[in-house]
Amino acid sequence: MTVTVDRASAARAALASVRDPELDQPITSLGFVASCVVSADGQAQVRLRLPTYFCAPNFAYLMVADAYDAVSAVPGVRCAEVVLEDHFAADAINDGVAAQAGFIGSFGGEAIAELDELRAAFLRKAVMAGTDQVCRPLLAGGPAPAALRSMRLGDVPPSAALDRLRRRRADLGLPAGDDSPLLVDPETGAAVSAEAVPLHLRRARVTRAGIEANTSICTGMLKQRYPSTREAT
Amino acid sequence: MYTKDGEKYFIVDSHMHYWNAAPDNWVPGAEQYAKGWIECFHAYQGLGPPHTHWPIEKFQKYSEDDLMRDVFTDGYVDVAVFQPTYLKEWYSEGFNTTERNAALGEKHPGMFVANTRFDPRDGDAGLEELRRNVERYGSRGVKLYTAEWNNGSRGYKLSDPAAYRFLAAAQELGIKNIHVHKGPTIWPLDKDAFDVADVDHAATDFPELNFIVEHVGLPRIEDFCFMATQEPNVYAGLSVVIGGLMYARPKFFAKVMGELLFWVGEDKMTFGSDYGIWEPKWQVEGFVDWDYPSDEFSDYPRVNTATKKKILGLNAARLYNIKVPDECQLPATAGTPGAQDDAHLVPGS
Repeated sequence: MTVTVDRASAARAALASVRDPELDQPITSLGFVASCVVSADGQAQVRLRLPTYFCAPNFAYLMVADAYDAVSAVPGVRCAEVVLEDHFAADAINDGVAAQAGFIGSFGGEAIAELDELRAAFLRKAVMAGTDQVCRPLLAGGPAPAALRSMRLGDVPPSAALDRLRRRRADLGLPAGDDSPLLVDPETGAAVSAEAVPLHLRRARVTRAGIEANTSICTGMLKQRYPSTREAT
Repeated sequence: MYTKDGEKYFIVDSHMHYWNAAPDNWVPGAEQYAKGWIECFHAYQGLGPPHTHWPIEKFQKYSEDDLMRDVFTDGYVDVAVFQPTYLKEWYSEGFNTTERNAALGEKHPGMFVANTRFDPRDGDAGLEELRRNVERYGSRGVKLYTAEWNNGSRGYKLSDPAAYRFLAAAQELGIKNIHVHKGPTIWPLDKDAFDVADVDHAATDFPELNFIVEHVGLPRIEDFCFMATQEPNVYAGLSVVIGGLMYARPKFFAKVMGELLFWVGEDKMTFGSDYGIWEPKWQVEGFVDWDYPSDEFSDYPRVNTATKKKILGLNAARLYNIKVPDECQLPATAGTPGAQDDAHLVPGS
């Protein structure tokens, strides 16, 4: 019994490493994991649910596929089944992930590429949003925006937001070490030029506002759809 | 018209609907999509104040009387712009068609603007239908839903050659305003269906047309804002922003408004209630009373009475050449709504 409970908590912990690529938040804190159980003989069953019946199928696929990979890697899990519920493309996604068919294999003629570029595009947005999270407190402390240009990541006081920004940059292969510039182009990793700093910071701010607004709508919609959901804030 | 503290606000609801999503209109075999669509809309209504929520039965098919009361009698709206969405793969007679809207509009002269729509995948027959609708209903705007399913296709881009053909034809027919609504599906499915780059292309190549991006490009506000700074003929349709955020998430509403005012500007933002998702009454009252909630927002552009008058009606009135009573006009010092130098407006009626 204890082993089963431990495996279930390990599986849930693994699911916390899976993020909604658009919202850049763990699917566990967003309330997308409806249930997660592991049987005595190591069969994991995960049910996922999303804020609407029509949430974008490409992002939905990524979350189901990532959840499958994360849970399958948990020690003691012999096989995993991850099922997306109440979604217009649930059958294609669930069958495709179960068969490890990839996105193209799951959606036949409707897709022409896997989702690596889509994922990278949203990681770049996460880097921009994270840049605002890290820079806003610095600016509130006094320095002019231009002063941020000469700062390195190692100059920034430690924070959860900074750790997260470093991880997102590293995921993209962008410089993330102490001596890396604080402000970089999320496409190239190049340091932002002095004249581009104000616009860069404004784009960072609007990107964060966009993601936050989306998250607030998505969590609100999930609560409307599944009223027992604990609201994430 | 809405009056508060001696100020008179002319209200144009530039994005609203008259739909039938009841089971009697569901296409056999596609019931799950028809049901899923309207349930999703109904959940959006839940983001508004509780006293404005409807039971699902009413939400599926509200009456003409409901609409006239909610929008005009109680909702302060002077002129409402019908934005059709067809979805005929799921709804037998369409979800919300030009014809259904116009039939109501014809009973109430001067209260509605009857926009139509097109789907570039409909080819010559679609062009002919567009021509007929423009002639019959005098449409000067179209609503485009790029994620519409059509005969095996899950969507299109505004930059597709077929879409350009329709945009050119629409312009020739006298259409001025293109309301764009992005949805979750498109071909190919591996791309971001909400990407607004195609609107950017079309806005550049059709400078005589105005592109009102509904829901301000949600969930891609950042891409929309950046595009809008570069395209003088791109506007921000505030449907969903006010309805979905102002009550439910006031802090994020303030941020989004601040960003829109910074990037897009108060001359190019238009109010839309998205009725029947949300009634206009609480949105108009709330927005007139609204200001940033704290000093945290001090680096965003300020809002004043002129800002609100433009957004709630004067900008859209300019886009559609709707006559505004003198008492609702702005003083000359407040600037001109509808981005005077850039807008290509509906010619004099």
